[in-house]
Amino acid sequence: MNAIILSALCGVVMMFSGILLKNKSAIKYVAIAALLVLIIGNLFQFYGVYTVDIDSKGLLSFDRTGLFFNTIIFVATLAYFILSGSDIERVGPDVAEYFALIFFVLCGVTILTSFNGLLMFFIGIEILSIPLYILTGSDKKNLKSNEASLKYFLMGSFSTGILLMGITLIYGATGSFGLQSTTVKSAVTGFSSAGILAPVGLVLLFISMCFKVSAAPFHFWAPDVYDGAPSVFTSFMATIVKAAGFFAFIKLFAAKSADFGPGPAWTLILYVIIVITLLIGNITAVFQQSVKRMLAYSSIAQAGFMLFALYSSNEFTKDGILLYTAAYSFATIGIFSILTKMEDYSLDGFNGLSKSQPVLAFTNTVFFLSLSGIPLTAGFFAKYYMLASAIKGGGSLSLVIIAVLFAAVSVYYYFKVIQAMYFKEGVAATNTPITGNFKVALIVLAAVIIILGIYPTALLGFYYF
Amino acid sequence: MIPLLLILIPVVSAILTFFLKNGNAAKNWALIASTATLIVGLYALCPACKLEFDAAWLPLLGSRFSLSLDGLSKMLILLTAISFPVVFASTYNNDYKQSNAFYGLMLLTQAGLMGVFLASDCLLFYFFWELALIPVYFLCSIWGGEKRIAVTFKFFVYTFVGSLLMLIGILYLYFLTPDHSFAIKSFYALKLSASQQNVAFWLFFIAFAIKMPIFPLHTWQPDAYEQSPTAVTMILSGVMVKMGIYAVIRWLIPIFPLATVKYADIIIIASVIGMIYASLIAIRQDDVKRLVAYSSIAHIGLMSAVLFSLKTIGWNGVMIQMFNHGINVIGLWIVADAIEQKLGTRKFSELGGLAQKAPVLAILLVVLAFANVALPLTNAFVGEFLMFNGLFQYNFWIAGVAGISIILGAVYTLNMVQKIFYGQLAPATQNALEIKGNVQFVLIILVLVIIGFGVYPQPMIDLTKHIHP
Repeated sequence: MNAIILSALCGVVMMFSGILLKNKSAIKYVAIAALLVLIIGNLFQFYGVYTVDIDSKGLLSFDRTGLFFNTIIFVATLAYFILSGSDIERVGPDVAEYFALIFFVLCGVTILTSFNGLLMFFIGIEILSIPLYILTGSDKKNLKSNEASLKYFLMGSFSTGILLMGITLIYGATGSFGLQSTTVKSAVTGFSSAGILAPVGLVLLFISMCFKVSAAPFHFWAPDVYDGAPSVFTSFMATIVKAAGFFAFIKLFAAKSADFGPGPAWTLILYVIIVITLLIGNITAVFQQSVKRMLAYSSIAQAGFMLFALYSSNEFTKDGILLYTAAYSFATIGIFSILTKMEDYSLDGFNGLSKSQPVLAFTNTVFFLSLSGIPLTAGFFAKYYMLASAIKGGGSLSLVIIAVLFAAVSVYYYFKVIQAMYFKEGVAATNTPITGNFKVALIVLAAVIIILGIYPTALLGFYYF
Repeated sequence: MIPLLLILIPVVSAILTFFLKNGNAAKNWALIASTATLIVGLYALCPACKLEFDAAWLPLLGSRFSLSLDGLSKMLILLTAISFPVVFASTYNNDYKQSNAFYGLMLLTQAGLMGVFLASDCLLFYFFWELALIPVYFLCSIWGGEKRIAVTFKFFVYTFVGSLLMLIGILYLYFLTPDHSFAIKSFYALKLSASQQNVAFWLFFIAFAIKMPIFPLHTWQPDAYEQSPTAVTMILSGVMVKMGIYAVIRWLIPIFPLATVKYADIIIIASVIGMIYASLIAIRQDDVKRLVAYSSIAHIGLMSAVLFSLKTIGWNGVMIQMFNHGINVIGLWIVADAIEQKLGTRKFSELGGLAQKAPVLAILLVVLAFANVALPLTNAFVGEFLMFNGLFQYNFWIAGVAGISIILGAVYTLNMVQKIFYGQLAPATQNALEIKGNVQFVLIILVLVIIGFGVYPQPMIDLTKHIHP
């Protein structure tokens, strides 16, 4: 509850800070301070201290996993503000509003981690999505940004419509917005006349959530939107928003997957979706010349891996999705913060970066190694948990083998950037001077990724103890 | 504590090396650090010291940081510990751009190799397996030859796919262990059904076969050896290919006995085909580096065939030969490097009559060449004799076909010696000079080791008797 209220309040504070403060970087520091308050408030609740306690009549419920996920998201946002804050300032004149919108997105995230019924789930999704439509189009003079925003808005509204339809059907079948799987089960098996409504409703819910997390074949918006949006906001959308979408997806379906029609059909649908997502994401990423677009496709590919958590819901998935969120978000935020500083977004734009900016090249290498899932980086344990969850309990060995073969494909395009930075000659230029603070922040982030890669208990220990 | 030191010294000194500014300082420091590791490695040979280390690492996963040393590990630890100072000393005159990074990555590779040979926890083993690979990728891609980027990347993708398949195998076994543990003892205690073994066997074997490499998964190897800087090639062919053989002995065969027996024939036949094939290609080579690369495939193929013949005497031979092959092949690379550095070419057709100009180098190379074809009184003879003994016990005809590779080996090795060192003085060798200083010193030591173990191999045979995982 703390986080929901505080994040909305912080958003309002940021809006007014734009009126009171004329200095752009002062606004950034206010945002960082507000985020720190948010983290502390959330941690209070995590350790059982309720500063605000409102009876939500059972619409919201807070558990340790959700609160811990919030913490990861907030810390990732903090890293994002510190690394990319100055780039947010350069997007346009309305700096305070960008920060305010980001806080509203965070508010949506906190609702998505604590909903206890389809109604709050829907509200969470909407609060999360609407600020993103605005952020995507925030580069007002840029046609690509406008196009991306419109596309995102239309497609997003469409999928929200499907979502709402699904919720309605489930409500019609069960007479409740509740998440308890027993109600769905009794609806499916109990009333023969209403029986078809609940499964159809669940399929519609499933499709719209696949859209939100850009799983194939519902991914077509993602590359254009990620490419068109200002790079700083792409970074935010591809990491924090996507992870939150996954968390809600898993929270929603973890209980229901067992009750959804005949069991094997459910796993078959997910099997096919995971394979298609991995295939499209990885193979298309191979052919991209722009690093930004490559990252957009790679985020689809990473979604394929995250879907493993849905495919095999067991005790590994919780740890897995927490680690995956941390590993993937930290690495991608780092990469984007470097990317936005580059003069040229194409692969050749990175040629020879190791000579001109050794710190940037080195930390970028760590981030890419983490995305590839190389041991000694956090990305390895993230993938490890996903694979382990799929193998456990006699899951599908064939799916896992397909997934690792695609992981090897992903190495191909991630390493192209490393090759450009280290092994090719060139003069990689940055569009702004690189400050010492930025380098220090990058090194800290890379160090966190390596520490999590050697000793992931450092993160999960908080969760369990 | 000793096993931990073997990993810790290279890691810590590697990190320090990265911060050294001066190229020569990095060079000297790497030499000192690797010598310190060698001293610890020699100390580890003593039977009385405590040779286990165990600490908590990932309690949530059931993985521990546990290391242990037995006869097999000692043999490879010794090889790794000797190789690095030898490589550093023999390439001391080569100057690398950003040499601090070069030597730092080399030391990291050493740490990875040590870890692979020491780990007695499967997840830890996997970690070190990868740690040994990544620095090599950067070493070859930054300091390698003209086609280095594509060639090294091929090598990286090959081994990475193998490792990922192995990771699936590891996880598969992990969930079958009753206490959910990665410890080697839990894996050994598994009672796997035949069908479980058949699947998991290949998941592991492909990773190891790529590393060795066994025909038809060897295609990355000659290019990678040719394009890597020589110092790295020495490590790749001298030590790193032994990772695959070691892993087969330590992990694959004990865990999957049924599948091993079932698929042994296929693997032995593939290995023997690889031997003959590589030997025939080696005869046609005109480049010293490529010749040694193909000859290395032939030698490794023999080791793999003998391993899967599952005869004790053959296994003793393999363990001895892993050490000996490492020493011999590093010696050959040192000669190849010396020739290339002095004369600017590695092609036989441009060389000739070098013995007139550099008689000491000629004598040393002849001894190395004899060791490469396993003549008596060289170290390789003992190992090869035991190996063929084992293979004959398994199947007369396979041993007979494999025996052809000895003859072919003599053909290409002696042909190389003849073309480079004897015959007409070629234009390129007119101004050749005798090797001196560090290169001469290192080669003499290697040749002494070769002859020493050739005359009195008993200490090595004794070492192979103490295998207790």
